[in-house]
Amino acid sequence: MSFLDIGLALLVVLVAVWTIAAQDLFASAVGYVAYGLLLALVWIRLYAPDVALTEAAVGSGVTGVLLIAASKRLGALKIAALEAPPSLAFKLLTGVLALLVASALAAAILMLPDPPPSLAPEAAVAAEGPGAGLGNPITAVLISYRSFDTMLEKVVLILAVLGVWSVGADQAWGGAPAPLRRSKPYPAMVFLAQMLAPVGALIGIHVFWVGADAPGGAFQGGALLAAMWMVAMMARLRDPPRIDAQWLRLALVAGPAVFLVTGLAGVVMAGNFFAYPPGLAKPIILFIEAFMLMSIAVALPALVAGPPSGRSEQ
Amino acid sequence: MTPSILAGLVGAALVGLGLYGLILHPHPLRKLLAFNLIGSGVFLVFGIVARRGAAAGFPFDPIPQAMIITGIVVAFAASALAVALILRLSAKSGRVTLDPDAWAKQNGADAK
Repeated sequence: MSFLDIGLALLVVLVAVWTIAAQDLFASAVGYVAYGLLLALVWIRLYAPDVALTEAAVGSGVTGVLLIAASKRLGALKIAALEAPPSLAFKLLTGVLALLVASALAAAILMLPDPPPSLAPEAAVAAEGPGAGLGNPITAVLISYRSFDTMLEKVVLILAVLGVWSVGADQAWGGAPAPLRRSKPYPAMVFLAQMLAPVGALIGIHVFWVGADAPGGAFQGGALLAAMWMVAMMARLRDPPRIDAQWLRLALVAGPAVFLVTGLAGVVMAGNFFAYPPGLAKPIILFIEAFMLMSIAVALPALVAGPPSGRSEQ
Repeated sequence: MTPSILAGLVGAALVGLGLYGLILHPHPLRKLLAFNLIGSGVFLVFGIVARRGAAAGFPFDPIPQAMIITGIVVAFAASALAVALILRLSAKSGRVTLDPDAWAKQNGADAK
């Protein structure tokens, strides 16, 4: 164990303390973004570059935008959160409870079974057998070994989008969500979006494409594409689309729909639900992932943009 | 102590911190943020299970890692839904709180 590991661990915990202790909601949200990026470094140290990419893009980046946008919108409502601060005794009691839970978890970690149980051999089989030709075992697990879970996860994303849209007022249904930014953006912001978004979109597609053999994949690439779209929305180059737009709805369902149809075709072609015919596995998996990339790239900005606002566009 | 055990202990500390914030912060968005802290702590604890399960030529067990990636995306989707609900509740009720007593007080004031 090096000083790097200890330093990183201390830094992560300190920034986490900051997000809890900060007085201001905005400061806390900014702290959370920094925390997510540091956590991504910890994931690298755990030999998990795929998780690190997802944590940096989704856990830190997109969640950060969501929280910061929410704090701005809440501020625009001009209502104060008036509530009595908790008493000292309650604080102490909560502290003791939190300490107990953390200690129990730490004790469990120190007493993990030896030798550790592992499903790695099965993942190796998936990477060589049904997911043939994939150099990245994580992608093989996501699309082959746990294909049904991954498909349902896309369905969860769509359900969340539906949930967010349904929260809007009745008369606003079908309209566009409020812009991510009310005021006129700074010229520097517009310039950044114009320069960054095309390059970022290319990187997103690259991350998706190399995901078959190297760290990356549809999740990480899709999150990058989504981030670029959100940058364009924050600079007001584009406003959020109307939620009754046909292309938006098609793009949302395309990922799980193509995944499910391919899975059903597996019954005929390869003799099993979600089985891929040998030799064709890699092109089929990339085909499915391309549509999932599109669904993720559309779903994440839709979740951040929120419900239709009902106000006319400015 | 190996780096992965250290990361696991960080995960345990994050769960504790998040739990503390979740219970004590009155502001719903701060609660949501604290809840996300708990989530990432749980992922980290699961991550060391993935790291310890190194076998079959991999330096990690790919299956827990794939589950964590799925988990991060689902956690974001749930957070987005929570944010939408919080914003709607605040706009509708005119106050930023999850305290049911605050509702009772408001309704009591309306009745008078």
